[in-house]
Amino acid sequence: MAPPILEIDELTMRFGGLTAIDRLSFEVERGAIHGLIGPNGAGKTTTFNVVSGFYKPAGGEVRLRGETISGLRMHEVARRGVVRTFQHSTLFAELSVLENALVGTHMSFPPNIFAAMAGVDKANRRAARARAEEALDFFGLSRLADELAGDLPHGHQRALGMAVALAARPDVVLLDEPFTGMNPEETRRMMELMVKIRNTGVTILLVEHDMHAIMGLCDRITCMSFGRLLAEGNPQEIRHHPDVIEAYLGGARHVA
Amino acid sequence: MTKLAALLGFGAILLALPHALSFSQQEILVFLTINVLVVASYRLLTLTGEWSLGHVVIMGVGAYASALLSKRLGIYVPAAMLLGAGTAAMVALALSFPLFRMKGFYFLIGSFAAGEIIRLLWKRFREPFGGPKGIKKIDPMPDFDIGVYVFDFFEPISYYYFALAVVGVSLWVMWRIERSPVGLTFHAVHWQDRLAEASGVNVRAYRTLAFVLASGFAGLSGALLAHYIGTINPNSFDVEQMVFVLTWTIVGGTATFYGPILGCVVLTVLNEIVLREAGFEQMRPLIYGLIMILSVLFMPKGLESLVRGALSRRNANRKMTGETEATE
Repeated sequence: MAPPILEIDELTMRFGGLTAIDRLSFEVERGAIHGLIGPNGAGKTTTFNVVSGFYKPAGGEVRLRGETISGLRMHEVARRGVVRTFQHSTLFAELSVLENALVGTHMSFPPNIFAAMAGVDKANRRAARARAEEALDFFGLSRLADELAGDLPHGHQRALGMAVALAARPDVVLLDEPFTGMNPEETRRMMELMVKIRNTGVTILLVEHDMHAIMGLCDRITCMSFGRLLAEGNPQEIRHHPDVIEAYLGGARHVA
Repeated sequence: MTKLAALLGFGAILLALPHALSFSQQEILVFLTINVLVVASYRLLTLTGEWSLGHVVIMGVGAYASALLSKRLGIYVPAAMLLGAGTAAMVALALSFPLFRMKGFYFLIGSFAAGEIIRLLWKRFREPFGGPKGIKKIDPMPDFDIGVYVFDFFEPISYYYFALAVVGVSLWVMWRIERSPVGLTFHAVHWQDRLAEASGVNVRAYRTLAFVLASGFAGLSGALLAHYIGTINPNSFDVEQMVFVLTWTIVGGTATFYGPILGCVVLTVLNEIVLREAGFEQMRPLIYGLIMILSVLFMPKGLESLVRGALSRRNANRKMTGETEATE
């Protein structure tokens, strides 16, 4: 079997006395759609924040293609090929849709201030623009290119967030709740797009609450509870796993 | 084509302008030209979202460096000016290491403290900075002749033309930077630094770049000032000057390139020309303050919002007349 592209190894994250992630280990296969689920507060987003370099872990490590990336800063992680999106609609709301996608091309076409002043970066700018337009086209946002990102309806904003990430041509993309606030029709279309993205060779790791989407989309699912690994398997196994049912329904009964 | 004509016309007005003014107004015009560079460079700094209170002191670093280099080492004044700008940029680079550990309000206070430290160094060390009395008898620009015009720097008009050329080129460079992918990245860092970072932008490096560039241009404006007035001291670059730069920037607005420049020009003309001519000599600061409060209250988006409104209305009108012509 091919080695996993992303390895989370005994990862631990603490905030003061609270252990948000407790020696979590799992692996993401190259070219897979991998779901990370769990009840609220299980530590899913914290895991994302550690993997993407926003937090430094208290223990353990994250490896990309065997190379340790935990402890690197976010832009350094991004430059190694792991790009993330954010919960809610985190976009450059004051910039146009096209400009948002152009920021996504930053790594592939790094701006050079001297070339910009001398006006000798035309080819670079054209290539960046073509890449950005291609990413917008993929998500059906081309005709909105000149709109302000903040003026878009919610579903389009989520799509634009993914377009910004995909414009960077990452190896691994981390999607934080990509289906939140989408209607069933939008969710269905987004699921199709994700399969298309995966088919271009991008590995997807996603956190999501929409069980219908998760079960229909993922090749493999990791379920967390209170910062620990609860269960791992394919959608069928997870659906019938007694611990997972306990974590979701048991928690619900507790609340009720 | 009409754009080029408008630009040429504007240039002609700028060239003809000093001839319509009195001697003291010409002097004000020189200061105004230099201040335009200060506010424009200040906006470059604010592009990444950080506001500094040390900008005028950085301008002073350029002034001191250029003055000392020309006076002590006999360096040709225009070269000393460029070196002064470079010195200001280098000082900013050194300051960026402690300062960019902070953000927002803390950066503001940190930049103020850093500026005061520099000013205290000028005051404390008589050698080479001249202590509280500063530096006097700074070499003026040497006169030169470009064939069509003889620059005699005893005349404010000549210095105005010289400053206009320097400021014009500087503004053009800043404009090109802002319209380039580098400028887009500055905006990205400003509006969502986390998303920019997730897209691979080294946020810290870009904040530093904007700070260093802005400081270089501020240093250049300081050098222009030093060789015009011929004497500088630590109080020429105190927080009162900084407050002026802030008010020009805020009243003008920072959303557009021309916003702060507009603020600087309008407020200076108002303060120095209109109120002086109207005979409000003693009450000028009072009325100036009143106008500022009113403008912030009623134009929270700055003077630039008026221009933007007018431009978009004109475009809408043009589109409409265009469409009716097409239907006819």
